[in-house]
Amino acid sequence: MDPASKLGVDIFKNDQEAHIIICQEICRTCELKPCLRICPAGLYSVNKETGEVLIEYTGCLECGSCRVACPFGALAWSYPRGGFGVQYRYG
Amino acid sequence: MERIEAVVVGGGLAGLTCAYCLAQEGIQVMVLERGEHPGSKNVSGGRIYLRPLRSYLPELWEAAPLERQVTKEVITMLGQGSSLTMQFTSGKFRESPGHSYTVLRSRLDKWLGDRVVEKGGFVIPQRQVTDLMREDGRIAGVVAEGEEIRADVVIAADGALSLIAEQAGLRGPLAPRHAAVALKEVIRLAPEVIEERFGLAPGEGAAQLFFGSVTPGLFGGGFLYTNRDTLSLGLVLGIDALVKGKPAAESHQIFEAFKGREEIARLIKDGELVEYSAHLIPEGGYRPLPTPYGDGIVVVGDAAGLALNMGITVRGMEFAIASGYMAAQTVKKAKEKGDFSASSLVYYQALLRESFVLKDMETFRHSLEVLENPRITGLYPEWACKVFEQLFWIGEGPKQRISATVWKGARQGMLNLQALKDLLMLRRI
Repeated sequence: MDPASKLGVDIFKNDQEAHIIICQEICRTCELKPCLRICPAGLYSVNKETGEVLIEYTGCLECGSCRVACPFGALAWSYPRGGFGVQYRYG
Repeated sequence: MERIEAVVVGGGLAGLTCAYCLAQEGIQVMVLERGEHPGSKNVSGGRIYLRPLRSYLPELWEAAPLERQVTKEVITMLGQGSSLTMQFTSGKFRESPGHSYTVLRSRLDKWLGDRVVEKGGFVIPQRQVTDLMREDGRIAGVVAEGEEIRADVVIAADGALSLIAEQAGLRGPLAPRHAAVALKEVIRLAPEVIEERFGLAPGEGAAQLFFGSVTPGLFGGGFLYTNRDTLSLGLVLGIDALVKGKPAAESHQIFEAFKGREEIARLIKDGELVEYSAHLIPEGGYRPLPTPYGDGIVVVGDAAGLALNMGITVRGMEFAIASGYMAAQTVKKAKEKGDFSASSLVYYQALLRESFVLKDMETFRHSLEVLENPRITGLYPEWACKVFEQLFWIGEGPKQRISATVWKGARQGMLNLQALKDLLMLRRI
């Protein structure tokens, strides 16, 4: 099962505003790109044409592992605003 | 402008326990929770050990929404295409009050939030704390999405990442080596099916841990806990190991490979996925622990790095609850003295040191070094499975004596300098 279909069973209250902002200048110099590997929801990808790192912030499970894994501090990372984001019913 | 005696950032077990105790003492307390309700952002494996907590809040745990009383402990070493399982049960696990229970945090924390309100505390959901307020060099309150809330003391209970403790200058960001990420699925199955599959009486539960081929050479392992009508299936991966691991694999792919193992697949068969979650686990052990207090601030639970992976038992919730309780005792004493400075709140650390929390963290301070040894999760489980395969296998030709097979296996796997060193290291946990 791919992560996108798993996220389909979760409840999200999506904000218009992204809570993770990527600094592309830093990412361009990063070869390892740990964010691509670490994210349990598989939300990070690289745009093949522009080389930019992209994130689908609306499926974020708010674990924070990308913030920990990023070696260069390229992520301006905050939690979604109060009331927004994933709402766990089991936890 | 509002002013309150104590403001708690985060409605998890640490923050809510602290608020519950403060409210019980008649101290004004407000919990700010960013989710829809306490628990809606919280994830744990999860199982809780209640014995260490009975002396703190004995009245509370009898009525808590717990899932199943764990009566069966199972450890599985996964080889490639083979596995070795050890199962343990004891009458002691069935005694009442119980030793350990499986829990689902969204339910448990919501319930505890309601108890806080019952005692007269305020629980404000959907409110994120973004900043700390400072006055004369001390923490003087919080800013919750633009609104300033002044308080005598701030209790940072905002979880493993603890952006608040970081802002207070009490800790830096978590290092990849000191954190793991847990991926978890909650899978629904009828209670009778769960009991039949795991060989349990009604209400009884099993806790199964997996290590070995599931995370080849990586620091980590799997877990499977039985809840009332669901299973919690999860995988824990050390962030540093995953990032550097070769060949490169994505965390969710490793999880899928784990789920696909025959040993797992038959246990979750026909189950319905009802939730997918992820959570950060501080794995730092004792040494990188931040100072859990400052002028006008106390840090509790995961935010203070109070979690411990002891290999066959993984603990965090008891530490969270106990630290919340001790933070409340500290705040109560500070209020009596009218002094919320660091020199008064240092009492919290003294309480932690006297209790099982820092004592256990001290005793098991080397567990991380042992667990991140790639041979512990790679070579040895594989080796053990191979030896057993040779023992049980009857091939076409003549079979060796059992003693010869074991001896040969021991020579290959255990009788070398590296293995002896690893064995000596095991003494440290």
